[in-house]
Amino acid sequence: MRLLHPLDAKLARDLWRLRAQALAIALIIASGVGVLCSSLAVVDALLETATLFYERQRFGDVFGNVTRAPRHLLTRIGDIPGVQVLEARVVKHATVEVEGFDDPVIAALVSIPEDRAPVLNRPWLRRGTLPAPGQVDGAVLSEAFADGHDLAVGDTLHALINGRRRALRVTGIALSPEYVYTIAPGGLLPDDRRFGVIWMGEEVLAAAFDLDGAFNDVSLVLAHGADVDTVVHRLDALLEPYGGTGAIAREDQPSNWFVMNEIRQLRSMAGILPTIFLVVAAFLTNMVLARLIATERSEVGLLKAFGYGNVTVAWHYAKLVLMLAGAGVVLGWLFGWWLGRYSTVLYADMFRFPTLYYHPGLQPFVLAGAVSLGAALAGALGAARRAARLPPAEAMRPPAPAVYRRAGRLSAAARHWFDQLTRIVLRQLLRWPVRALLTSTGVAAAVAVLVMSLQWLDALELMVDSFFFDQQRHDVMVSLVEDRPASVRYEIARLPGVLAVEAHRTVPARLRNRHLSRREAVIGVPGDGELEVLKDATGARVPIPPDGLVMSRTLADRLRLSRGDPVVVEVLEGSRPVIVVPVAAIFDTWIGTPVFIHREALDRALGDPPTVDTLLLDVDPDHILELFDALEATPVVGAVTLRRASVDNFDDTIAENMLVFVTIYVSFACTLAMGVVYNSMRIALSERGRELATLRVLGFTGGEVSYVLLGEAALMVLVALPIGCVLGAALVELMSANFETELFRVPPVVAPSTYGMAMLVVLASAVLCGVLVHRRVERLDLIRVLKTRE
Amino acid sequence: MSPPTSPTPAILSGRGLTKTYHVGDVDIHALRGVDVELRDGELVVLLGPSGSGKSTLLNILGGLDHPTSGELRFRGKTIDTADERALTRYRRDHVGFVFQFYNLVASLTAEENVALVTEIARAPMSPADALALVGLGDRLDAFPAQLSGGEQQRVAIARAVAKQPEVLLCDEPTGALDSHTGVLVLQAIEQVNRDLGTTAVVITHNSGIAAMADRVLRFGDGQVVDESRNTVRRAPAELTW
Ligand SMILES: Nc1ncnc2c1ncn2[C@@H]1O[C@H](COP(=O)(O)OP(=O)(O)OP(=O)(O)O)[C@@H](O)[C@H]1O
Ligand SMILES: [Mg+2]
Repeated sequence: MRLLHPLDAKLARDLWRLRAQALAIALIIASGVGVLCSSLAVVDALLETATLFYERQRFGDVFGNVTRAPRHLLTRIGDIPGVQVLEARVVKHATVEVEGFDDPVIAALVSIPEDRAPVLNRPWLRRGTLPAPGQVDGAVLSEAFADGHDLAVGDTLHALINGRRRALRVTGIALSPEYVYTIAPGGLLPDDRRFGVIWMGEEVLAAAFDLDGAFNDVSLVLAHGADVDTVVHRLDALLEPYGGTGAIAREDQPSNWFVMNEIRQLRSMAGILPTIFLVVAAFLTNMVLARLIATERSEVGLLKAFGYGNVTVAWHYAKLVLMLAGAGVVLGWLFGWWLGRYSTVLYADMFRFPTLYYHPGLQPFVLAGAVSLGAALAGALGAARRAARLPPAEAMRPPAPAVYRRAGRLSAAARHWFDQLTRIVLRQLLRWPVRALLTSTGVAAAVAVLVMSLQWLDALELMVDSFFFDQQRHDVMVSLVEDRPASVRYEIARLPGVLAVEAHRTVPARLRNRHLSRREAVIGVPGDGELEVLKDATGARVPIPPDGLVMSRTLADRLRLSRGDPVVVEVLEGSRPVIVVPVAAIFDTWIGTPVFIHREALDRALGDPPTVDTLLLDVDPDHILELFDALEATPVVGAVTLRRASVDNFDDTIAENMLVFVTIYVSFACTLAMGVVYNSMRIALSERGRELATLRVLGFTGGEVSYVLLGEAALMVLVALPIGCVLGAALVELMSANFETELFRVPPVVAPSTYGMAMLVVLASAVLCGVLVHRRVERLDLIRVLKTRE
Repeated sequence: MSPPTSPTPAILSGRGLTKTYHVGDVDIHALRGVDVELRDGELVVLLGPSGSGKSTLLNILGGLDHPTSGELRFRGKTIDTADERALTRYRRDHVGFVFQFYNLVASLTAEENVALVTEIARAPMSPADALALVGLGDRLDAFPAQLSGGEQQRVAIARAVAKQPEVLLCDEPTGALDSHTGVLVLQAIEQVNRDLGTTAVVITHNSGIAAMADRVLRFGDGQVVDESRNTVRRAPAELTW
């Protein structure tokens, strides 16, 4: 009894013989599978974690805020059809002092009922307890903040609550569904040390902010099937008289919005990159298999002459592909599982969930496996079909020698210039232009993936430069606790170290253009401001005209507005005037969707005495600590934000995470480049071993013979480089469009050095392949090759 | 620098050449101590049964392979211990090869196949002249696929002789050809030997071909078992097999 069918023995030997090429293909498949699996698994993990956490802690469905509303209003809110549970709170901001940390720190103060546990948006206690009823100094800190400052239960910190400095004792440390992504109001990224959440007893906070018997924040949970928009609308109507600035649904709640946005990005990532890898893998499978079958014509014929059917023959080769792709899929699964876990750990750092459930289901893995095997089989289909179609007699004859016709002839000039070896290279390319082009395309794909991965860093640099350096010119931003007369700027200007002050007035508003509308804060700025500078795409400064809105292009696009179009601005504050203002100018920014107006124009439109709420300061760096102390002692000062801290935080948070992914993708791209180049070189070597051996016999050196082989590959790679750069630019556009969010647009800029780097990396990969193949050429067994018939 | 003792100097001489292949546990003795001397301008035919070691000897003489033991000298210089670079040089400068399978480069024309060699040779004849020598002066631009087997083999001979090598080594050059075409190929080899004075070695299974040689070596089991000398060389056209 034979253990292994001879055909299977052949299969095993073929695989072994082709191991290097098979490995290259398997690695490419593994890359695709890895990205697909990990993205899908992380999407699952994030969604599942969020859903569970939201449910357990009863995260609100609708949120509203007011300046001050009496508690009896709650009954009317509860009567809105669809409202199931509601809870009112006091939510305010305060400056916090932490020992040993000089930069200004702000906290959101959130009230919790004294006599019972909160019903909605419940903090998840990690350590300690909620403050005891009546405990005036008890405080629960958000975990990230506590960790950022090494604060533990029992520690003390100070907060400037409504102008009064109070000591707070930490009773507990908690997480919250409302602050999974913990950002300061108007902030972009979590900054664990400069922004935190502090839960305190309701009575204490109400007393401190003059809100006894009143509230300024309300959350609702809706009954199943209730229409969110209707509820938001009716809640708005109820809150409006009390200074409501517009209720929001959960999907617009900042923290949740960021989490869901990340999930959307991951999904689009799962679509684009694996496709590239799997298409290239399919192409390579085809190339290798077609070559294998071409060399095995006579074997195929023989099998058929013995009576094996077409299906058996096709299945024989399909098995080869399945084993090869199977190896790739298994590798990809392992890699995807690891990458998924790794990404989840990174997310756990960014998103504060109690635990991130990373229990990837079978589904992503099955899906990725099926797609990859399918792609490889599709790639093999043509070749296997050709094998099945070979008539036995035809297959037994050697293939007709390749015919080089006059089309392959070179012009007289070319003949004069190129030596015979170069002619071999050129004729080879001209003889199989499609194959050469496909190979070039594969290499180009690698360049494109590299351009795309490295571009993230360019985009980041541009975003930081244009936002934090080009647009924002101030050192410190001071948010006032409440609107103040414009004269407050003179008061601030007298503080130590202040070189210049500019005052802003920010009003929440709804901007409308016909059926399109959007909530956005309209920022009133001085006409001659130098601390906030707007520019258009060409880098030219966009001045603030005396009248009309200066709108970011992102917002203009969203509202389908162009310069000169009228906009209906419904101010959601004060006397709530509705005014119609033209778009005076459009500027470009990568971050947010801001809109500016001349402060005097805004004051005129509102019709009330001019006030300001934000001050931008230019500061002498030598006196910055004195300034901090002075600001802290100034009662009107709410929050103090340092531009330097924002830049550092931006760099740390994003760049660090990104670098890891850039590294991973760069190695993917190298796999891609090497897989394509190595395979095509090895195929050329096996196809033309005889010719190359002949050259060796004729007295050409190993180097000269390699030139024939590698010269061809080099030309294909050289052609691929510019194509790859163009593809890369297109891919960058595609990714940028896919990654566009309300908050960021990833600028589709590619620095020249990025193109250079991408090409260099691919060249280096190709050279490495060349060295590997050259060693094979050196070892070519001349006698054996020449002894056999073609 | 030929040894002054001999009237016609030995251009290539092997002493006690052996070649042993190890296949698994088995040693295959392809050559068991062969002594050969090839003299300037000589045409030698190697005869012998399949597997007797003819090709092995030819490959060693041509610098394609190293002997397991023994000594090989080209114009008195030892080449059996030469490294890969030196062997490449040796092949490039002094040796022409012709194989049973023509081994032309499919992507080059007849002329270019020959030029392949003349470009790296020290004192080549022109590719056109080399092709004329083998009777293909009018097929310079033909690609291998457009030539018959015999014509391809003659291109291979032209390619081998175009650099004016001292030694022309032919391993069953007529093996794949009918006798009429074979004669044309042999005539080409004969003509090169006669006109250019190139020392030629021809391996064949046809004892009929032996009549065109100056000397005939018979191989058996890795050794030269018989050596004979023809007083008269017959023209290939007169041969029958
Ligand atoms: N690479 C190798 N490995 C093992 N044995 C080999 C190898 N090459 C040749 N042989 C053995 O060496 C012996 C001599 O081979 P060689 O090719 O010189 O014979 P030959 O006389 O040229 O035969 P033919 O007339 O059939 O071409 C044979 O027995 C052969 O099996
Ligand atoms: Mg032989």
